[in-house]
Amino acid sequence: MFEVFGVSSQALFGQLLIGLINGSFYALLSLGLAVIFGMLNIVNFAHGAQYMLGAFCAFFLLNGVDLPVPALAWPPTVTFVRFTPGLNYWWALVLAPIIVGASGIVLERLLLRWIYRLDHLYGLLLTFGLALIIEGVFRNYFGSSGMPYAVPPSLQGGQNLGFMFLPNYRAWVIAFSLIVCLATWFVIERTKLGAYLRAATENPTMVRAFGINVPRMITLTYGFGVALAALAGVMAAPIYNVSPQMGANLIIVVFAVVVIGGMGSILGAIVTGFGLGLIEGLTKVFFPEASNTVIFVIMAIVLLLRPAGLFGRGA
Amino acid sequence: MAAVDAARASVSPARAWSEGVAFAAVVLALVILPTFVYPVFLMKALCFALFACAFNLLIGYVGLLSFGHALYFGWAAYVAAHLAKVGKISIPIWLGGWQWLTIPLPPLSPELAIIGGTLTAAVLGLIVGSIAIRRQGIYFAMITLALAQMMFFFAVQAPFTHGEDGIQAVPRGKLLGIVDLSNQTGMYVTVAVIFLGCFLLIYRIINSPFGEVLKAIRENEARAISLGYRTERYKLAAFVLSATFAGVAGSTKAIVFQLASLTDVDWPMSGEVILMTLVGGLGTVFGPVAGAFFMVTLENELTVIGQWVFVVQGLIFVVCVLLFRRGLVGELAHRLRVRL
Repeated sequence: MFEVFGVSSQALFGQLLIGLINGSFYALLSLGLAVIFGMLNIVNFAHGAQYMLGAFCAFFLLNGVDLPVPALAWPPTVTFVRFTPGLNYWWALVLAPIIVGASGIVLERLLLRWIYRLDHLYGLLLTFGLALIIEGVFRNYFGSSGMPYAVPPSLQGGQNLGFMFLPNYRAWVIAFSLIVCLATWFVIERTKLGAYLRAATENPTMVRAFGINVPRMITLTYGFGVALAALAGVMAAPIYNVSPQMGANLIIVVFAVVVIGGMGSILGAIVTGFGLGLIEGLTKVFFPEASNTVIFVIMAIVLLLRPAGLFGRGA
Repeated sequence: MAAVDAARASVSPARAWSEGVAFAAVVLALVILPTFVYPVFLMKALCFALFACAFNLLIGYVGLLSFGHALYFGWAAYVAAHLAKVGKISIPIWLGGWQWLTIPLPPLSPELAIIGGTLTAAVLGLIVGSIAIRRQGIYFAMITLALAQMMFFFAVQAPFTHGEDGIQAVPRGKLLGIVDLSNQTGMYVTVAVIFLGCFLLIYRIINSPFGEVLKAIRENEARAISLGYRTERYKLAAFVLSATFAGVAGSTKAIVFQLASLTDVDWPMSGEVILMTLVGGLGTVFGPVAGAFFMVTLENELTVIGQWVFVVQGLIFVVCVLLFRRGLVGELAHRLRVRL
């Protein structure tokens, strides 16, 4: 162990690691927001709630859940049936995004599609309402305190790198979210499907005239963005506790990240997410009082110097 | 906002008499209601009604959605409560090292406390506004939300706010050294007068040449620019005015309830004022008042359900956006084909 600027290497790199972890969640969430905004022209305020749903989904798959079943009686009552699938982390990593993404598709078909022709602001208000409902329901059933979710056995322990101790699970989170981000970038920027998607973002009517089912593409895009949020939630579950509020404060920081990066660029969202996570980690070491606010301060400075955001294309 | 435009286009300015009738009804209600409604409830509703009117000045007449209005409401409440209870101001300044600049003030009278809170909100509005108006639409909403969250964290950390406890037992004092505000009637009349004064001022602003330019920016900012208006100055002025009135509401609330707490600056408060305005009717003069009374009544009735109140708020948001975009007053005005 050695010292850097009077700070022990363990503390410095430890905080940088936490910064990278936070950065991977910022990147995954702002990526989802950017993809959804590109297609639907809606800023998905429910993104934080859907991240929370992903974490809860993983928790339920492992520890079981009391499923509400309406009883056939009058007055209508609900009985709870215990459902314990006992599926581990790796199952959750696959199933939670599918389940939560499917719920997103239902939301899009039932509610969101009615407001595409309205001002963008109504989309923000509608999804804000949805976030209040989802988080409110979970807070009523599970309270405010967090519930622990164990690190999967195969990823327990860690490596001693000499200058710091690297827990295996955290290394996995950083590597995996980087892979997911880059895969998303590849699909959108380098494949035919992505080309359709980008074309439909620019001019949906024209793309529709070519015989491509744009409404279905919009629905699936929303489902995909929501699934990304849920995936981030599953990965976050073993690091932070699973709690109903875990998404509410995160989403506001992610909004700031999106303003800094600009929603026009996929790669921009990834770079900004990881970069800001690192800066936040450094702030925790050198000026801990400001660690909650540093991202907002950076946002204000970026707006003063480059109003369109670092990677933005204006307005 | 499309629904607002539709509601306004369908009536001619000549029918503005309806606003006079509605205003007379509001004044009458404020005189009669205290005889059979709990005055503390009325004062709470009036503070929120003023808050919602201030918010509506921005969303309804400039088309800017601020998602961080709790910032002005809450910080004004903190400053007013601190001035009324403690008075002494300590500001950290950098003189080659952090030092405290202390202004030894005695606890101030309520009118000075309210003025202090209001000025704070105006200054915060100027700072946040000059950053936020650099972006439009959805980004504007996200920026105001993020900056409000930043100031929420400051409120958590600043020693004078007393963190989770908030500033409690704020003395109501004597207004101008004459009116004893610990007396419920005196307090009620004061709040009603503040509300009506600010309401008329906002009405005057909306219908002034300045207000007409704001509406032009709402309808088509590019065209307003091409007509030679420096729209960013108008938007900033509207933002500061809105923050200032929100500050009056917050300061008054702190004196009435003798309390300023983190609830006042946190983001659910920003959501609540949006909801009140949405329920009443965006861009209507009386909508925010109706919406505030509706929501405060609802929350009063729903105290038994505790935490479910957020779920109910969320449901109202969804229903309003999908089915009821004109709001209570907007719908009424549309049906009667008058302006309200």
